[in-house]
Amino acid sequence: MPQIATIAVSILFDGLAYAMFLFITAVGLSVTMGLMNFVNLAHGAFAMAGGYFVVSLTQSYGVDFISSLIIASVLIGLISIRFERRLYRPLYKAGELDQVLLTIGLAFMAIAAFTFFYGPIPKSVPLPAWLQGNVDLGFRAFPRYRAFLIVLGLFLVAVLWYGFERTNIGARIRAAVDNRRMAESVGINVDLLFTVTFAIGSGLAALGGGLAIQLFGLTPYFAVLYLVLFLIVVAVGGLGSLKGTLMAALLLGIVDTAGKYLVAEAGGFFIYVITIIVLLLKPAGFYGRQ
Amino acid sequence: MAASDTSSAPAAAGRIKARAAAAEFLVRRDRFRPAEALPWLIAIAAFFVFPDRMTFGSQVLVMILFAISLDLILGYAGIVTLGHAAFFGVGAYTVGLASARLGWTEPISGLFAAAIMAGLAGFISGWFLLRYRGLTLLMLTLATAIMILETGNFRSDITGGYDGMPGLVFQPVLGLFEYDLYGRTNYLYALAVLAVVFFFVRRIVYSPFGQALTGIRENVRRMHAIGSPVHRRLVTVYTIAAAIAGVAGALFTQTNAYVTLTVFDFDTSAKVLVMLILGGTGRLYGAFIGAAVYLILEDHLSKLSPTFWQFGIGILLLVTVLFARRGILGVMEDIGRFRSWKDRIRVKPGRIVWSRTQWKGIGMAAFDGALIGLAVGFAANVGRTDLLLAWFTTAPLSVLAWTAAGAALVAAINIGYLAYNERSASGSPPR
Amino acid sequence: MKIFRWLGLTALALAVGGAAQAETVKIGVVLPFSGANADLGHQIDKAFDLYVKLHAKDIAPHKVEIVKRDEGPPTGAQAKTVATELITNDKVQILTGFVFSPSAIAMAPVLTQAKTPMIVANAGTAWITNLSPYIARLSFSMWHPAYPMGAFAFDKIGCKTAAIAYTDFPPGKDSTDAFRAGFEKAGGKVGLSIPLGSPVQVPDFTPFFQRIKDAKPDCMYVFIPSGAHATGVMKAYGDLGMRAAGVKLIGPMDLIPDNKLQDMGDAAIGTIVMGHYSVDLDNAANTAFKKEWHAAYGKDSYPDFMSAAGWDTMHAIFDTIKKLDGKVSDGAQVIEAMKGWTTNGPRGQVTIDAETRDIIQDQHAMEVIRKADGKLGVRILGTTKAVKDECKAQKIGRCGA
Repeated sequence: MPQIATIAVSILFDGLAYAMFLFITAVGLSVTMGLMNFVNLAHGAFAMAGGYFVVSLTQSYGVDFISSLIIASVLIGLISIRFERRLYRPLYKAGELDQVLLTIGLAFMAIAAFTFFYGPIPKSVPLPAWLQGNVDLGFRAFPRYRAFLIVLGLFLVAVLWYGFERTNIGARIRAAVDNRRMAESVGINVDLLFTVTFAIGSGLAALGGGLAIQLFGLTPYFAVLYLVLFLIVVAVGGLGSLKGTLMAALLLGIVDTAGKYLVAEAGGFFIYVITIIVLLLKPAGFYGRQ
Repeated sequence: MAASDTSSAPAAAGRIKARAAAAEFLVRRDRFRPAEALPWLIAIAAFFVFPDRMTFGSQVLVMILFAISLDLILGYAGIVTLGHAAFFGVGAYTVGLASARLGWTEPISGLFAAAIMAGLAGFISGWFLLRYRGLTLLMLTLATAIMILETGNFRSDITGGYDGMPGLVFQPVLGLFEYDLYGRTNYLYALAVLAVVFFFVRRIVYSPFGQALTGIRENVRRMHAIGSPVHRRLVTVYTIAAAIAGVAGALFTQTNAYVTLTVFDFDTSAKVLVMLILGGTGRLYGAFIGAAVYLILEDHLSKLSPTFWQFGIGILLLVTVLFARRGILGVMEDIGRFRSWKDRIRVKPGRIVWSRTQWKGIGMAAFDGALIGLAVGFAANVGRTDLLLAWFTTAPLSVLAWTAAGAALVAAINIGYLAYNERSASGSPPR
Repeated sequence: MKIFRWLGLTALALAVGGAAQAETVKIGVVLPFSGANADLGHQIDKAFDLYVKLHAKDIAPHKVEIVKRDEGPPTGAQAKTVATELITNDKVQILTGFVFSPSAIAMAPVLTQAKTPMIVANAGTAWITNLSPYIARLSFSMWHPAYPMGAFAFDKIGCKTAAIAYTDFPPGKDSTDAFRAGFEKAGGKVGLSIPLGSPVQVPDFTPFFQRIKDAKPDCMYVFIPSGAHATGVMKAYGDLGMRAAGVKLIGPMDLIPDNKLQDMGDAAIGTIVMGHYSVDLDNAANTAFKKEWHAAYGKDSYPDFMSAAGWDTMHAIFDTIKKLDGKVSDGAQVIEAMKGWTTNGPRGQVTIDAETRDIIQDQHAMEVIRKADGKLGVRILGTTKAVKDECKAQKIGRCGA
C-alpha cells in the first residue's frame, strides 16, 4: 500500500522540519532554566528581536538571507550578554516569581519597542531562489525550505552535541548543571559559564526567530505567542538536557503534524495530551533530574 | 506548668511573660487592625467619587477576588500554577450556560453553583496534579486549562466558541437591584461578594489549617515528617481556591452579561499571577493593591497611548523586581517600619578603593548607559533603524547628549539599587 | 484684502452661528491598538485619522472629538468595559471601530440600554446587526464575499470539487457555511472541511494543506483572520507547490490584504478572491483615497479592505452629523438618519440597507497578478453589483432572529 507509506513519509518529513524549529528555539531556554534555575519568559522576545534583525538586514541593507541569520544570531547573542549581566544576574538567587515578573516585564517592553520601530504589520523575508518552491522526488514533492530546516537543525544538533559532550566547556556546563557548588569549588568559573551559555541560547533563539518568519510571519507579539510551546518542549524534555529537548521537539513536532494531517478536527489537542501524559509519567521530563 | 515552677523565680517569671506574649501574639494575630479598613473605605469612597467609572471598577473588584483565590494557593501553600484561569472559566461558563441554556438567571444561587462546579474541577485536577511541583506543575496546570479551552471550542454549538454567549440575562440582585448602565449595582454587588469571600479566606488563613499550609510552603519534608497529611491539605486548599476563582468567574460573567472562551486563555492565568506578585504574595491585601495598581495603570496608560502602553507596564514590573522585591505591599511594610534615616541606612560610607573591579563596574555602567541612551536617541530622533547611519553622521552632538543622558540614568539606577539592597540586606526581614 | 477675508469669515460665522449652534460631537473609537492583531486596528485607525483630517471642514461649524481606546484581545470583556466607559464617563455620542466580533456582540445590550449608536467598522459575524437596533454596519458580513464566491467558483473558475480550510472560530464557520451554501447550490461538491486551529496563534499550515493536496480537489477555499495568518497561508501554499499540482487557492479578500500582498511573493499569483476592495479597484474615489493615503503614510503603506471600510464608516458618520446639524445626542435619530445612506466610496457604491442596517456593496472577483511595474496587484474578473447579506435574507440560524 504505497499510499500509506507516502503519507507516513510526508508526516515524518514535515514533522521533522517543525521539530527542528522547536529544538533550535527551545534549546536555549532549556539550558537557561536547567543551568541557572532561571525562568526566562523573555526568551521569545530574543527570538522576536532576532527575527526583526533578519528582516532589517535583508530588506534595508540587502544582505542575503543566510548571512542575515548568522549576523542576527551573533548580534542578539552579544546583546543578550548585557541583559544577563545587568538584569538577570541579580535575580539568580531570587525566587522564581521575581524572575517571572522581570522577564514578563522585559517581554512587554520588547513588544512595545518593536511595535514602535517596525509597526504591527506582519513582516516576511525574501528567500534566495534555492530555498523557494519544492523538490519533486517522484512519489512526493518536498518544500525546499523545510528540507533546509531539517539539514540546519541536524547540523546544529551535531555541533551542540559535540560541544556539550566532547569539549572542555561542555563538560563544565554539565558539571554546573549537576551541582553548581561542587563545580565552583573545583575552580570552574560558573559566572562566566552562565554568561556564555546564556548568549549561545539567546543567539539560537534569534536564529529560530529568523527561521520562523517563513513559517508564521513575524509580528512583535511573537515574543509571547509561542512561548507556551517552547515551555512545553522544555518541560517534556527535561531541564538542561540537550538530548531531552531534542527528543521532546521530535515527539511533539511529529505528533502535532500527524494530528493535524490525520485528525484536523482535534489538531489542537494532541500536543497538550502528550504533554500531560509525559509529565504525569515522568514529572521531570525525558532526561531531567528528579 | 508544674515543671517550670521548680526553677528560679525571676527566670520563671521571664519565661512566663515571654510565653504569655507569644500566646497573646497568636491570639491577636487574626484580630483586625485599623489599617485593614483602609482598602474597604477606599472602595466605598470610589463609588461616590467616580460614579461614572463603575464598569471599570467592578472589573477591578472581580480581578481582586480572582487574585485573592490565587494568593490562597500561591502565597500560603506555595503552589505555583499557570492554569488558574481554568477555574475562573469554569465558574464563568457555569453561570453563562445556566442562564443561556437552562434559564437559571438568579445571580446569587448562580455564584454558589459556580463555586461548586469550579471546586469540583479543582478537586479532581488537584487530586492528580498536586503530587507534582515546580515547572512540571506549571506546565500540567497550563495544559489542563488549554485542554478545557479546546474542548469548549470543539463543542462551540453549546459554548458559543470564541464569539461567546451574547445577551445573557440575570435577575436583579436579591430581586431588588436592577442592573444599570453605569454599572453601579454591579460594583456594589461585586464589593459585597468580595467582602464575604475575603473574610472567609481570612479565617482560613489564620486557622490552624492555614498554618499547616504555610508549613508546607516553607518545608514540605518536615511537614511529612511530623505526619501532616500534606497531599490532602493541598487538595483541600486547591479546591477552596478553585471555588473562589469560580465565584470570581461567575461575577465576571454576571457583570459583563457576556462570556467567551478566551477566559480560559494563558493570558488570563499569567495576568492574575503578575498582578498578585506585583502586590505581594502571602498577604491577602497584596491582591487588592496588585490588581488595582495594575488595572488602573493599564487603564491610564492605554488612554495615554493605546498602542505603546505595554512599555509602561513593563517598566513597572521591572522596577518592582529591582527595587520592591516583595511587591508593593512589601515596600509599604518597610515604610511602615521606618523610624529614622539614621536607623535605616546602616552602611557606613567606607574609603573607596579604586581597584580594577571598581573601574570595570564604572565602565560597564557607562557602556549600558550609552546603549540605552542611543536606543532612546534613535526613537526620539529618527524612529527608524534603517536611517541609523544618517543619524550618526548628521547629529553627532545629539548622539553624545543621548549617550550622556543614558549613562546618567544607569548611574542613578545603580546607586538606588545598591542603596536599597544594602539596606534591605541589613534591615528588613527575609521574604 | 486680508481684512475683507476676515470680515467675510466673521460674517459667515455669524450667519452660520445664527442658524445653528456649533456642536462638538464626541466619537469613541474602539480598535485593537495592541496585541496580536494590532495591525488590523492600525489599518482602520489610519483611515479614520485621514478622513477626519481631510474632511473636518465639511461639517463646520460643528467639530468632532475622537476618543481612542484599546479594544484589547478578542475577549469581548475589555472592549465592553472601555466602550461602556466611553458612554458613561467620556459621554461619547457615537461609538465606532470594533474589529472583533466578540467585542461588538458583548456591547449590544449596553447600546440598547444607553441608546448610543455603534457603527461597526469591521466585525463580520453576520448576525451582529440583529442584536440591537442601535447597530449599523459599514464593513461586511462574512456572507458578503463567501456566498457569491460559491457560484463564481463553480461557474467561472471551474471548480467542480472544493476543499474547505478555516480558522476554527465563528467567523471562520460563518464564512465556510456561506461558501458551501453558494457552491453546492451552483452544483459543486465540497470534500474535505478542515479546521485550522485557534485564531490566536498562526499554526504551521503545511500538514493541513498537505492533506488537502493529497485529496486533489479542484479548489481550496481558505478562510483565516487577515493578520499574520494570511502570510502564513501563502507561504505554505507556495512551498507545497499546490498550484502546480492543480489545486487553486480561493477565498474571501482576507487572504490577500493589500498591506501584506507585496510581501507574499510569487506564491500569491493566481489566487482568486472575492471581496469589496483592493487598491487596484478602478474608480475615482479610490484613486483620490489612495493618493491621500500615500501622501500621509508613505508610498510603501497601502490601505486594505479594512481601511476602505473605515474610510466609509467615518464618511457615513460625518454625513449623519451634517444631516442632523450636529444634534446627534438621540441615538435612534442617528441610526434613522443612516438608514439608506449611500455614497460612492473607495469600494464603489455602498448603501446602508434601511431594513437590516447592514451594508449593501459590490463584490469583485479578483485574481492576483504581477503588474507591469513589477508589483503584485489584482485583476478584476467580474463584479456582482449591490450584494446584500445573504445570511439575513435567507434567515439562517441566528441571522433569522
